[in-house]
Amino acid sequence: MKYVDEFRDGGVARGIAAALAGEVDRSRQYSFMEFCGGHTHAISRYGIAELLPPNVRMVHGPGCPVCVLPIGRIDLAIGLALERGVILCTYGDVMRVPASEGLSLMRAKARGADIRMVYSAADALTLARDHPGREVVFLAIGFETTTPPTALVIRQAAKAGLANFSVLCNHVLTPSAITHILESPEVREYGTVPIDGFVGPAHVSIVIGSRPYEHFAEEYRKPVVIAGFEPLDVMQAIVMLVRQVEQGRAEVENEFTRAVTRDGNLAAQAVVSEVFELRPSFEWRGLGEVPYSALKIRPAFADFDAEARFGLSYRPVPDHKQCECGAILRGVKKPVDCKLFGTVCTPDNPMGSCMVSSEGACAAHYTYGRFRDIPVVAA
Amino acid sequence: MCLALPARLVHRLDDDRAVVDLGGVRKTISVALTPEAQTGSYVIVHVGHAIGVLDADEAERTLALFAELAASGTQP
Repeated sequence: MKYVDEFRDGGVARGIAAALAGEVDRSRQYSFMEFCGGHTHAISRYGIAELLPPNVRMVHGPGCPVCVLPIGRIDLAIGLALERGVILCTYGDVMRVPASEGLSLMRAKARGADIRMVYSAADALTLARDHPGREVVFLAIGFETTTPPTALVIRQAAKAGLANFSVLCNHVLTPSAITHILESPEVREYGTVPIDGFVGPAHVSIVIGSRPYEHFAEEYRKPVVIAGFEPLDVMQAIVMLVRQVEQGRAEVENEFTRAVTRDGNLAAQAVVSEVFELRPSFEWRGLGEVPYSALKIRPAFADFDAEARFGLSYRPVPDHKQCECGAILRGVKKPVDCKLFGTVCTPDNPMGSCMVSSEGACAAHYTYGRFRDIPVVAA
Repeated sequence: MCLALPARLVHRLDDDRAVVDLGGVRKTISVALTPEAQTGSYVIVHVGHAIGVLDADEAERTLALFAELAASGTQP
């Protein structure tokens, strides 16, 4: 496929790896956080970790919307489907996220709830049109990439006066999560998570542009390199980060120039700000309550806000006691540090959210990396 | 979740929709977020919506940069 295959060329990747090996300072350690699950997935899937010099470590960040969605929010959706008889639609990634009482959307469906997987928010709107006698709720999750399509369907539903459609909004914001990590005690004080720079989001940045990251580079003196999700993009971004560190710079650089501009997609930003406003606080799995880190539907569109329409109130639910997703999402622990990893918690039967989505740090390591940990011995 | 792929815009339809071609697979998507997208251009498709238009010149420049860096790495 054009614009995909060229960015996965193994020979070029090895060449860049050799160039990188020549540029790093052997006497020091580098650790860079890739914020996005898309990068985590690429690093595991294409063996990028093996191509890096031994003193360059990648720390997985919390940029996987499925992983950071707290149990309490999924409980709200399950409640709507099981007790209020709505048709609940959502993206496929969310279906297996563990919720309270051993339930997930998938298991609630098996109990008879009308839960449907959709490819696009527009499909949920079509379902509402096709079932005028039923309430249709779209469980919306995702970062800035996924928010504009949700805003569009809310606007369309308002225009069409669709009375049986609403959205349970869980859209979250990338920059506030990065600020939260930079402000966390692990990064600021204890130095348990040394971060020398960030690989910045790919598709989120198409929408928001590179400007929102300029603040981190300046305020926290951390380099940010926005990178595409293909393996060569990630390799190149790591080279650019190493160069910034070596030259003592802390700037926002853009490797993904074929899709990201400084201002981003203004049409998308306009529809998002028309429909959504900031939530004062939102709970993230692993990070806890993060101020101004999520969006809610503006009062002008309250008819389409499932929280208002069904009078929902959020109740936080703690994670499984032994699940280390929280620490993994903050970059403090690695998947293999968790007792549940690969034993009771697997992609087929996830206990924690990081094992659910293919972009989750645990699922990526389970699928592509877990045999790396076992030394090869002669039979 | 943020999965998105570049696809060629084949032709536009009414109501901000368009047909795209992704490695031979054709699909109708929304182009409401990319009003500037034209026939023949590559759009980045995410959950049934084009969220951005790919800059072909920048893509070539990035690939040239990769090739140059890779060549510097493999030279003795």
